[in-house]
Amino acid sequence: MRVLVPSALRSYTGAMWVELDLPALPPATVGAVLDALDARFPGIRFRMVDERGLLRPHMRCFVGGRAVHDLSRPMASGEELHIVQALSGG
Amino acid sequence: MPRPGPVNPSPRPAAGAVLLLVATRKGAWLLHGDAARRRWRLDGPHFHGHSISHLVLDPRDGRTLLAAAKTGHLGPTIFRSTDLGRTWKEASRPPAFAQPTDGSPARSVDHTFWLAPCHTNQPGSWYAGTSPQGLFRSDDGGDTWQPLPGVNDNMTLREWMGTVQDGTPDGPKLHSIVIDPADPAHLLFGMSGGGVHESFDRGATWQTLIGGLEVVEGFDVTQPTFHDPHCIRACPSRSTRLYMQNHCGIYRLDRPSQVWQRIGRKMPRKVGDIGFPMVVHPRDADTAWVFPMDGSDVWPRTSPDGRPAAYVTRNAGRSWQRLDAGLPAEQAWWTVKRQALCADQRNPVGLYLGHTGGEIWMLRDDGGATPPQSWRNIARHLPEIYALETAIPAAD
Repeated sequence: MRVLVPSALRSYTGAMWVELDLPALPPATVGAVLDALDARFPGIRFRMVDERGLLRPHMRCFVGGRAVHDLSRPMASGEELHIVQALSGG
Repeated sequence: MPRPGPVNPSPRPAAGAVLLLVATRKGAWLLHGDAARRRWRLDGPHFHGHSISHLVLDPRDGRTLLAAAKTGHLGPTIFRSTDLGRTWKEASRPPAFAQPTDGSPARSVDHTFWLAPCHTNQPGSWYAGTSPQGLFRSDDGGDTWQPLPGVNDNMTLREWMGTVQDGTPDGPKLHSIVIDPADPAHLLFGMSGGGVHESFDRGATWQTLIGGLEVVEGFDVTQPTFHDPHCIRACPSRSTRLYMQNHCGIYRLDRPSQVWQRIGRKMPRKVGDIGFPMVVHPRDADTAWVFPMDGSDVWPRTSPDGRPAAYVTRNAGRSWQRLDAGLPAEQAWWTVKRQALCADQRNPVGLYLGHTGGEIWMLRDDGGATPPQSWRNIARHLPEIYALETAIPAAD
């Protein structure tokens, strides 16, 4: 599973792309990918997802070019998760 | 009932170099001053682009530096350093609200606003106040933080806090966490808005401390909801004495009394007694400083008439002296936020202000000599300054 990481989070990953090995079962979800990302890069998930389990404002996830708001959305084999920081602020 | 604490022996004046910890909207800086406080050197930025709400060095070990950080995109966290910022490590469990199981609305920490070391006898323990209002504690030097249910799940306090909608423009704050040096279990805090509250059992239960405080005309003074403390400080030399800058005036409280006295009435009428920061003298409980802000109509929060000035009382609020020598005499419209005025522990005391225009100014307060010393600019061109703290690092 490949994950595209925005510049604001590369202090954790050190790279734009991260390759994660996820078990085939149960089927991965967006939330499971973020959990796996956090297991490898501790603290990264809380910067994106708050304690209620909601994506923080200005953080966006895309799968197959479509925005994902529900972290339980399944990830099919070969799909990539793109994490994007919305343009905001000044 | 509140218990009076002892009158503390006045701490000796500090000697040697001065360190200022600068938290800004776009990062953190350490401003190193020499022993004469003449030459200053900026170290930074640390966390360039992050909003740093507060940067505090643990006075108990002189080594542990905590930074409350977030960015416009990323969630809040705490960074820790034990080598004065040469290296940083992120907290493994930053402040986060426990999720309710009783159906009450779930909350999320937007940012940690206030960092406070716990009692001297509790090394490594800290409190953190957040926006929206919450109180957290760490007992491992700021690495992991636990929510205090006595505040965060207290539905009476929650009602007084209101919602984010009820808060200040950049979010409601839990601030001014004050620990009684005579009793580690005794602490208090302020909420903007929501009043002042104190606990005698390490935060398990709370009682309000709003007697004598005024509220905006027309509102019910008995309701903590309408109380807006801006900054509360305890005197290091007399822990039974508190000063407060409030939305509605400047106050002093001498325990065991529970009734605040409005001492800002003696400020010049044209200036008023509205502002945000409150600073107390490290050795003289009768001396305190404020920096008035314009609280008229839409609350511009700038210096009245664009003429910045600190005011000092040297008699516990019976009179005030204007301290503006050296500051711009007109057309200076910056704001000094509640954490951006501080004093060092030297003799004479150095008073420091950081403002929203990114400058830091210093005044050697000569204790009322005539003419008074002048403010001197010691740093400029920084981002909007959120907080300024003095620190005494441990000797290597």
